[in-house]
Amino acid sequence: MERWGVGKIAIFLHGLAGAAVLTALYMALVFAPREAAMGDVQRIFYWHVATAWVGFFAFFITLIASIAYLRTGRRRWDIVALSSVEIGLAFAVIMTVTGSLWAKPVWNTWWTWEPRLTTVAIMLLIYATYLLLRRVIEDPGRRARFAAVYGIAGFVSVPITFMAIRWWRTIHPVIFKSEGFDLSPAMLVALIVSVAAYSLLYVSLLLLRTQLEFLSDEAAELRESLDE
Amino acid sequence: MKGQVERWPAVEARGISKAFGRYRVLRGVDLRIQPGEFVALLGPNGAGKTTFLRILATLSRPSEGRAWINGQPLDGDTRRVRQQIGLVSHQTFLYGDLTAEENLRFYGRLYRVPALEERIAELLQRVGLYERRHDPVRTFSRGMQQRLSIARAVLHDPPVLLLDEPDTGLDQQAARMLRELLSLMGAEQRTILMTTHQLERAREMSTRVAILAGGQIRWDSPTAHLSTAELAEAYMELVERRPANALPGASA
Amino acid sequence: MSSAWQAVWAVVKKDILAELRTKETLSMMLIFVLLAVFIFNFAFDLRVENVREVAPGVMWVAFVFAGVLGLNRSFIQEADKGCLDGLLMTPVDRSLIYLGKMLGNLIFMLAVDAIALPVFSVLLNLALVRWDIALIVVLGTLGFAGVGTLFSAMTANTRAREVMLPLLLFPVALPLVLAAVKATAGVLDGASLGEVANWLNLLIGYDVVFLTISYLTFDYVVES
Repeated sequence: MERWGVGKIAIFLHGLAGAAVLTALYMALVFAPREAAMGDVQRIFYWHVATAWVGFFAFFITLIASIAYLRTGRRRWDIVALSSVEIGLAFAVIMTVTGSLWAKPVWNTWWTWEPRLTTVAIMLLIYATYLLLRRVIEDPGRRARFAAVYGIAGFVSVPITFMAIRWWRTIHPVIFKSEGFDLSPAMLVALIVSVAAYSLLYVSLLLLRTQLEFLSDEAAELRESLDE
Repeated sequence: MKGQVERWPAVEARGISKAFGRYRVLRGVDLRIQPGEFVALLGPNGAGKTTFLRILATLSRPSEGRAWINGQPLDGDTRRVRQQIGLVSHQTFLYGDLTAEENLRFYGRLYRVPALEERIAELLQRVGLYERRHDPVRTFSRGMQQRLSIARAVLHDPPVLLLDEPDTGLDQQAARMLRELLSLMGAEQRTILMTTHQLERAREMSTRVAILAGGQIRWDSPTAHLSTAELAEAYMELVERRPANALPGASA
Repeated sequence: MSSAWQAVWAVVKKDILAELRTKETLSMMLIFVLLAVFIFNFAFDLRVENVREVAPGVMWVAFVFAGVLGLNRSFIQEADKGCLDGLLMTPVDRSLIYLGKMLGNLIFMLAVDAIALPVFSVLLNLALVRWDIALIVVLGTLGFAGVGTLFSAMTANTRAREVMLPLLLFPVALPLVLAAVKATAGVLDGASLGEVANWLNLLIGYDVVFLTISYLTFDYVVES
């Protein structure tokens, strides 16, 4: 079985991702100016948007990997789809928690059933179910195929979630509009650095997670050859 | 591509392997069956007989290897292949709530059988169920259901018939009737591949016996001058030497 | 083309014929739909003042749960005697088998909805038998049957299959149910179909997207 991301380039990438996340922390906490109306609590926005972006992007990668798996039947695409769901779900949960922390002082509530929050809840539920589905199917080929189909069908929730604040009246802020954004230049720089840093972190985690799965496949094969 | 001069083998399998995750059930099965042959495929439980038949029946995709039915590949457009095969398994593929006639009519429509009603009547008479044609299949005995299942499998007159332990769960009388029916089908110049684990029956009915053990065809012989004792000896040696590993779900 | 529809129709007819012989699935779904309304009635103490606000939600939750019952039986029946294998061995395109099963499920669900709506009207004291509500019911049920048929073919082959189907289906179908509830509530409040057009568009978009996905991926779900 082939391996991905072993060697110097991978180690360099992990290091780079770590440095980038530290830089992003500095940009969000120190570099970015204090927002006039909300104060320091607004700084959570840099994590919130960056993790949201990574979560959405990770589910998009799962969609692509799922289609690729159905077309080729190659195990590596199944591994990418699964790994990306796990990482995406982690980021989406961070996005939800940071959003909730921000909402408490600003909206005066942790949670409200408005369109964006509702669609996010549905999306989290779908990808949690994706992981559950994989556990109840024994035959690995069938597991991969069913998961791929669910990874494709479930992705429909992602654009709906993304568009929710644009389609419906909602109290959730819309930063990126077709007319431009509501951000000062320094804030925009901090945001771009955060998004880039967490994207790098995603790539680095995806490499580690897929590699882990390849190794576990190899270990299983070795174990089987011992049994014979 | 081979020349058309030579007749295509009815069934040809080359290096068929199938793995369910880490369980490798088939490890390169090679088998070539000429038109009109009746091959009995023997092997212990879990040897992959059912898996092999399901691959030939287009119900399962091999992990490696290729197979052809009458020269048509199983990995291309399988619709034409499916028109040429009939499968009788220990599952009947029949709807319990529909009558014998309705079951055949349903499958006949999907196979686009010409002059369907005449064909149904003819087959029901041949399997001795014409009088019961308006009864729901649920009320049939196991043997009657298996007879109807054979009628269903030959409804579209397939040149190749795959039989997966067709006598499992049948009593003596039903099993004898089944055998008579099957030899009748063989007499029509159909190619038959039947899995079984009953050596005596395999030798009696078939023109050739093959043994599947350890995921490969390990023994292959015409039955004409074969005694049951010889067959039993070969079978025991292969099966004893390589005990069937427990393969959960592999024989389903 | 016509031979394709003959195959689809053969599958639909087979399901209807089998169902009419026992009427098990339909009666189960119907009893369940009524039961759901009774339970909601006790749980929310539906009164004249608030029934108009709660009724669309009650109605759709009842439809969706009853629909899952029907979907669950759809492929478990096929799996029973290996019939699905028998179907897959016929020289019929597998997407056509999907269409046949989907149409069968859709017909059963719509039949239950059609019987339930007048009964709801009486029990909830609301005029629900209207052509605009009928349109919303057809659009909502179409998408639900579409993706539900795909998932029920999947769960018929998993452990804990009766539980897995609603788990897979509900989150994916939620936007559809939401749109159906909103559109129903809108027209009950006196809005015209044009005024709830955004919800209808969501319903139609959902139907198109999920019927396409299901049609294209069904082959991978039934192969082994």
